[in-house]
Amino acid sequence: MSSHPHAAAQDAADTHHGHSHGHEAGHGTFRGYMTGFVLSVILTAIPFWLVMSGIIESKALTAVLVMGLGAVQIIVHMVYFLHMNPRSEGGWTVMALIFTLVLVGILLSGSLWVMHHLNYNMMPMSPEVMKNMP
Amino acid sequence: MFSNPDLMKFIFGRLTLDSIPYHEPILVATFIGVMIGGIAVLGLITYYRFWGALWRDWVTSVDHKKIGIMYVILAIIMLVRGFSDAIMMRIQQAIAFGGNEGYLPPHHYDQIFTAHGVIMIFFVAMPFVTGLMNYVVPLQIGARDVSFPFLNNFSFWMTTAGAIIIMLSLFIGEFAKTGWLAYPPLSGIAYSPDVGVDYYIWGLQVAGIGTTLSGINLIATIVKMRAPGMTFMKMPVFTWTSLCTNVLIVASFPVLTAVLALLALDRYVGTNFFTNDLGGNPMMYVNLIWIWGHPEVYILILPAFGIFSEVVSTFSGKRLFGYTSMIYATCVIMILSYIVWLHHFFTMGSGASVNAFFGITTMIISIPTGAKMFNWLFTMYRGRIRFDVPMLWTVGFMVTFVIGGMTGVMLAIPPADFVLHNSLFLIAHFHNVIIGGVLFGMFAGLNYWFPKAFGFKLDPFWGKVSFWFWQIGFFVAFMPLYVLGLMGVTRRVSQFEDPSLQIWFVIAAIGAGLIALGIAAFFVQLFVSIRNREALRDLTGDPWDGRTLEWSTSSPPPEYNFAFTPVVHDLDCWYDMKKRGYKRPLGGFRPIHMPKNTGTGAILAAISIAFAFGMIWHIWWLAIISFVAMIAVAIGHTFNYNRDYYIPAETVTATENARTRLLAGQN
Repeated sequence: MSSHPHAAAQDAADTHHGHSHGHEAGHGTFRGYMTGFVLSVILTAIPFWLVMSGIIESKALTAVLVMGLGAVQIIVHMVYFLHMNPRSEGGWTVMALIFTLVLVGILLSGSLWVMHHLNYNMMPMSPEVMKNMP
Repeated sequence: MFSNPDLMKFIFGRLTLDSIPYHEPILVATFIGVMIGGIAVLGLITYYRFWGALWRDWVTSVDHKKIGIMYVILAIIMLVRGFSDAIMMRIQQAIAFGGNEGYLPPHHYDQIFTAHGVIMIFFVAMPFVTGLMNYVVPLQIGARDVSFPFLNNFSFWMTTAGAIIIMLSLFIGEFAKTGWLAYPPLSGIAYSPDVGVDYYIWGLQVAGIGTTLSGINLIATIVKMRAPGMTFMKMPVFTWTSLCTNVLIVASFPVLTAVLALLALDRYVGTNFFTNDLGGNPMMYVNLIWIWGHPEVYILILPAFGIFSEVVSTFSGKRLFGYTSMIYATCVIMILSYIVWLHHFFTMGSGASVNAFFGITTMIISIPTGAKMFNWLFTMYRGRIRFDVPMLWTVGFMVTFVIGGMTGVMLAIPPADFVLHNSLFLIAHFHNVIIGGVLFGMFAGLNYWFPKAFGFKLDPFWGKVSFWFWQIGFFVAFMPLYVLGLMGVTRRVSQFEDPSLQIWFVIAAIGAGLIALGIAAFFVQLFVSIRNREALRDLTGDPWDGRTLEWSTSSPPPEYNFAFTPVVHDLDCWYDMKKRGYKRPLGGFRPIHMPKNTGTGAILAAISIAFAFGMIWHIWWLAIISFVAMIAVAIGHTFNYNRDYYIPAETVTATENARTRLLAGQN
């Protein structure tokens, strides 16, 4: 990542070491990284344990739990590794995050809606074929 | 060697001598032509001892201006390739009637229409748009370069690498025969076992990395590097549309990358995402690729809208009418372009509620577009209009694009779409908006900013010749397709039975011939302008009486763009500065901090060509080695701490003094 040549004219010394996010978002501490790492390991281990031990009868519930824990882990990564908070970069990171969430929401809900419709309108199938459907 | 097929297979994968199409006379002739041309170019470079300068000043350059110029050169080269495909199709369809098979066998014809679409979208329109954004945006916002100059160089070379991979398919193996979006199951391994679709996948994946990174780069540049005083609502319109375009790129290209990766998994390791059996669903591919594909068309058209806005206001000598509404219209289009994708497959079998929803959102998107059209008209109203070449392209756009927009609204009505889907009407519609919108915009931009980039104007006579051939050629070539589409003729057909249709195809072929003359006139324009450059020279740096910051520097701008970062007080800030009697600073220059050139981008792109080639031909050792090499070079680059330097104050002073003398000598 190169430095901002544009800012350099005003303050060459400050920008000499490339990107200057020091005053906008914290670099994080050893403690912060460790917390994030341990949380991630736990959040990864639980889904594995859920699937391999088969402790919950319902497969659907297991799947929901696994997805949910995945979502929690995404948040852990964003907070502890990407150092995102409402103030970083003057609010731009949060705005980008909201935008991303809206788009992913459109993508997922739209695709599910469309594919459900297509599936519903497909040619009728025999029960044997239906059984092999995902 | 030949006695050991296993060893041969290990070394060359699927590649054999039969993969070279020496039995196809058209390709052999093309190959010979390309070779002669290539040797001539290499010979000239050697003769003029240009290799060193080429590497130092261009290939390794991180200067956004040079990268922008290289993008545009790539786009123009690929335009010639894409257009040769187009005219071959037009000639084939004009003669292949009533038992005459034409001169292109179906398997060759199918490759041509696929290559035409892929090249025109990914390697003509995209580099052209990115090139102009790269060149102009930092100058318009008063910055010295983009946020990540090395990344910019890398993006360019990845785009070029993608283009080279696609071009390789012409002479080694073959290209996809699937249409430009490679719908499965046709593009799956069961129906396309050859290398064509693999060329498609890897060419687009490599170029896609470049496009995504360049999108990130330009967003960061626009958000973080605007001159002091330039709030968002004082940003030039072209910068605004570039911002929206790059947001669209960053948000949509990952979808393309993911869907092509899934298709690649289907083809390489036997997964069943998009196959017909084992739970796979080809419709999911169509759904996903259009979630990328629809924003993509707005990625192309928004910067063109920005160019037209700049041109209209400059050549009408007026502030743009309805700046604020223009910005809001752009942002609304940016959002809406994400919720219309299903209109590309109304006929795939969704229910009435889904089709109605997407039909209505599609019609809604024409409202902000229409608002823009009125803004341009009102800007021209009672303006002192100068009909220079960029303005001609703009007026031509306004006439042509409105027709394309209206046929688009017709296609947005689901019941009508059931009649028109996959017909030549659709082909006529999207060529109407892409040629009449994007391409006209790019030519307007090229004629408008060329004097900024090179210090002399393009020859207006040949510019006008080129414009009129394009404009008339477009109508002659594509209006017959509207007629044929309404008669029910489908796209991608290489031979016809009904002789009564032939006359329309002959007219369309004549139109393509007129467009060919337009392209030729453009090259004559370049040649004549370079020959007469002294007569066309512009010393002021502001040949059109411009209104935005890029016209405040010299033409071509110095590598640091601005000796002092300008301070912005008003929307059309260069116009405002001129009105208030702005004086160039003549002294007190300070050293300027600049990024250093690096060859890493070009090296990484070259290795990724080798990687893609290995993957396409199943030469696994080559793919593995080049993948490892790519990672190694990328990591190695992070240890290069010697990546910036200072332009000494004396050099800045000398450059600026030279300009002062030029300006004084001119008055």
